[in-house]
Amino acid sequence: MKESGRTHPAVLVAIWVLLLLAPYWLGLVGGYTALGARVLVLGLAAMSLNFLLGFTGVLSFGHAAWFGLGAYGTGLALKWVAASTPLALLLGTLLGGALGAVLGAMLVRRRGIYFAMVTIAYGQVFYYIAYRWNALTGGDDGLRGFSRQPLEIGPWHIDIAANGVAFYYFVLACFAAAVALMALLLRSPFGHSLLAIRENERRARFLGIPVEFHIWIAFALSCVFISFAGGLYALLNNFADPNNLHYSLSGDLVIMAVLGGMRRFWGPLLGAAVFVVLQDYVSSLTTNWMSFIGLLFVAVVLFFPRGLLGIARRRSLA
Amino acid sequence: MSLLDVREASKNFGSLAAVRGVSLSVRAGELRAVIGPNGAGKTTFFNLITGAFRPTSGSIHLDGRDITAVAAWRRVTLGMARTFQITEIFPELTLAENLRISFEVASGLRLRPWISRATAAKLHRDVEEMLDLAGLAAKAGRLVGELSHGDQRAAEIAMALALRPRLLLLDEPTAGMGEQETYDVAQLIRRLHRDRNLTIVLIEHDMRVVFHLADRIAVLDQGSLIADGTPAEIAANAAVQAAYLGKPNDAGAA
Repeated sequence: MKESGRTHPAVLVAIWVLLLLAPYWLGLVGGYTALGARVLVLGLAAMSLNFLLGFTGVLSFGHAAWFGLGAYGTGLALKWVAASTPLALLLGTLLGGALGAVLGAMLVRRRGIYFAMVTIAYGQVFYYIAYRWNALTGGDDGLRGFSRQPLEIGPWHIDIAANGVAFYYFVLACFAAAVALMALLLRSPFGHSLLAIRENERRARFLGIPVEFHIWIAFALSCVFISFAGGLYALLNNFADPNNLHYSLSGDLVIMAVLGGMRRFWGPLLGAAVFVVLQDYVSSLTTNWMSFIGLLFVAVVLFFPRGLLGIARRRSLA
Repeated sequence: MSLLDVREASKNFGSLAAVRGVSLSVRAGELRAVIGPNGAGKTTFFNLITGAFRPTSGSIHLDGRDITAVAAWRRVTLGMARTFQITEIFPELTLAENLRISFEVASGLRLRPWISRATAAKLHRDVEEMLDLAGLAAKAGRLVGELSHGDQRAAEIAMALALRPRLLLLDEPTAGMGEQETYDVAQLIRRLHRDRNLTIVLIEHDMRVVFHLADRIAVLDQGSLIADGTPAEIAANAAVQAAYLGKPNDAGAA
């Protein structure tokens, strides 16, 4: 199907060239490689959220819950199960994905603000569990005592533990795989059924789509993707803390998606890049960096409701 | 045997009886109009047939099977497609995408994360054919929300047809249309009925359309079925004239 909002091939090439060469140009503009990895991870998280927000039309405002579960799951697996990065990532993703699927089944009949409220409540439940359960999670101090392990793939030994650039490319490979899967899903008949639900739930139902069931699958998939991102976040920091589950992070992810443009596949990545870079630069100048993000957010919502990528698109059509 | 059989269906909203014990039987291949003054319960009656509401009492049968408890989406898979009084489409997708999604669901692909090139090509051809049938081929790439009212109505009918229904329910297909558009839609419905032998139930306020198209006409008034017969019988029916046709000002009103 010719997508109404398909990314131009030239833009696609530009995005991947920029991402592939990031370790080489980030330093030239005052950045650093770990910042690039942070953009990728939070960008993937925002894109996972946007799978629901922008492409299914479902308001999940507590998505940090599944991000944090992925982070804790990955950290705990590295600490207690085995010193294997891929296995830890897999277990973290399964933890967040499975809990998301189970709890998601209970909320698919809710709509709009009620759906959003329940998702926030879920997030806070997990936040307080992580905050209180000192013995397992380290409580307020966060989960420490684990670190990402070098990759052993057949004869190759890739030291993503000490080498920041190698780790960046590991994150990029994970990001690429997840994003490719997401794009494939959105282009499929299943993805089209989600667009149908976003556009007009009643019409979707009377086309013969069991709307609640499709929302449930979309929710579970979104949880799997964002848990994966959360796992990468734990590997990036060698640390997980309750703030990974907190609703303020959920809000940040929504801001990234809306800022970049939630009707565009790549919008949330751009939003995450702007958010993370502003946070990094402005917070070194003033502790009130959030007010700058807030002003930008208000301006975008008021004047460019389709997000930053929406502006670019309008220009290119004119 | 009749394709659709509604038996003593009632629907109450609190103390309001919107539909009162209506029975209606529609043969395969028939074009049945449902008329009645505003607030007669026509759309509620449609909602009972299509499963948007569960009847308070009575039952709905499709092809002899009791579907009273069957979910709305599953009734579609059993061969029942509908349009709405206020157009229900996917406004921010193109016309071709609107139809493409309809064909995908109709082909049982709604859960598929991947389809073959051959399947995609087949879907593409289906969409092109339907665009031609509905006379909308020139507008395939336009966002449906930006089309004219008449084209949106036609697009919604095309989406319903894409589901390859055995029973098509049209809720005021000419609502809000001008002379020419009304004529075009009436001709489209006539072609579907004559050429494809499609069974159609139609709610309509435009009496010229109703008497031009319908094999039989059912008349609802205040939730009750007050008459059911051929156009000639309905035109001569005293109760109908009293309730409805006797007030010529109502006849053309939407």
